Amino acid sequence: MLHTINTSPFESPAMEECIRFVQPGDPVLFIENGVYAVQNGNRFSDAIAALQKTSPVYALQPDLDARGISSVDAEVKGIGYDGFVDLVEAHQVNSWL
Amino acid sequence: MDDNVKKIMHVMRRAPHGSIYTYEGLEMILIMAAYEQDLSVAFIGDGVYALKKNQNTDGISMKGFAKTFMALDGYDVEKLYVDRVSLEERGLTEDDLLVDVELLDSAEIGRRMTEQDVVIHH
Repeated sequence: MLHTINTSPFESPAMEECIRFVQPGDPVLFIENGVYAVQNGNRFSDAIAALQKTSPVYALQPDLDARGISSVDAEVKGIGYDGFVDLVEAHQVNSWL
Repeated sequence: MDDNVKKIMHVMRRAPHGSIYTYEGLEMILIMAAYEQDLSVAFIGDGVYALKKNQNTDGISMKGFAKTFMALDGYDVEKLYVDRVSLEERGLTEDDLLVDVELLDSAEIGRRMTEQDVVIHH
């Protein structure tokens, strides 16, 4: 199951809630304002690192670029729209709106 | 099971009266129940406040819909899950809730999410 998060973790509890429910191995993709979560060195870097122990973490590169985020947490994979489509094809989507 | 019956989980994540999400979510659940879908409802985060007893909305000119959750049973929506952590961190217990629910760990609710055809957040 692919979990997508589209709100900033500073604004919404969606990311922290999502992390509690993610099953090991399930990918997590940050999109829209959700990508602020993976900016390197912010308050949530430890949470992202912990999440990565069990789940692959992705961020939509165009959303990172649009927000000027060039430095992301280690091993967070930036993906394009084609990569987004690949993930959606491979997994059922759980959109934490 | 009939191919037209989908397993659908509604996830209530917001407090009830600050936005229209909870009310609209409840409406959607009732509509889907009319189509006899296999429904479950999970209350997590501020969503657990929707089930709080003794809500009185007279003073805020909003429709009170808490009691509608009690009617879900009549529409065969019987799988109501509450995230234990969400309840505890808000200083609430099962006794504070309007309806009988299954109190579950986050991981178990997460596991049940993966069993669904569709998961809809409100």
